Amino acid sequence: MLHIINKSPLENGSLDNCLRVANGGEILLIEDAVYAATKGNAFESKLGEAATRFKIYVLQPDLDARGMSDRIIAGVTAVDYGGFVDLTVNNKNCQSWL
Amino acid sequence: MKLGIVVNEGPYQHQSSDSAYLFAKAAIVKGHEVWRVFFYHDGVNNATKLTEPPQDDRNIVNRWTKLAEEHNVDLVVCVAAALRRGIKPENLAQGFRISGLGQLVEAGTQCDRLITFGD
Amino acid sequence: MSESVVKKFMFVNRKAPYGTIYALESLEVVLITAAFDQDVSLVFLDDGVFQLKKSQQTKAIEIKNFSPTYRALDGYDVEKLYVEKESMDARGLTEDDLLVDVTVLSSAEIGALMNEQDVVLSF
Repeated sequence: MLHIINKSPLENGSLDNCLRVANGGEILLIEDAVYAATKGNAFESKLGEAATRFKIYVLQPDLDARGMSDRIIAGVTAVDYGGFVDLTVNNKNCQSWL
Repeated sequence: MKLGIVVNEGPYQHQSSDSAYLFAKAAIVKGHEVWRVFFYHDGVNNATKLTEPPQDDRNIVNRWTKLAEEHNVDLVVCVAAALRRGIKPENLAQGFRISGLGQLVEAGTQCDRLITFGD
Repeated sequence: MSESVVKKFMFVNRKAPYGTIYALESLEVVLITAAFDQDVSLVFLDDGVFQLKKSQQTKAIEIKNFSPTYRALDGYDVEKLYVEKESMDARGLTEDDLLVDVTVLSSAEIGALMNEQDVVLSF
């Protein structure tokens, strides 16, 4: 299953809530959620722990737009919109944690 | 694969309709069919032809219209959500149609995947 | 519409009522989905559990109180209502505070249920 997060974990609980409930699978960080995938943010250790249970992706165009693509946390995979489509197609279902 | 997309936020205020549009375009490039985009909640504001963004900004409404024309994408605006927010047949942009929530359920049953963009 | 297709639809409610319209408009989709004879389940997580709080009185804010609709879901054959225990605990709520009968599940049980769905909708 694909879990899509679009909010910064520094301001909103969506990512944290997803990590509590979701039973493995893949997580894609888009829009303001891309800040979760950057080094030095206060959520970094939680994301690192999550990376042991989930495969974590970040949407590169949203990182680029925010000037943060030089600091992706190791273990997080960057994808473009085509990669986003592939993740949606390759998982049986998806949930947007709005 | 047959894909359905739900858009829950209006244009410009939130990135969700941009994300939905770019996702739809990428899906088509990859050879998938975007069978229907369903606009719900404030997402119905994507369908007004009265939108006039500044010259140097993207025209989100026209972009949807063009996608519908070029790739036969069914753009459906929820009637109940639209009437609440003043979206009516007289101000509906080209390529959009107003219909009931059953169209969203149908997107769920007919598409291989249904993906939501919102706040 | 091809009536023959029946899929598992899960509605994930994570937002409180009245502050935004999402809870109400989500409920409208639930009713329509049930009317199309789909396999519907509702999950209440995070602030979404507040949607089910008893004794909502909305007169003074002039917004329609839609909470009685949750009690009417039974009449639409929507019987799978799940509430996450952790979300209730975090908000000082117990099952007695809720206006309708629900099944209380752990986070892990809800997560497993989510994996089984064909369509997951969250507004």
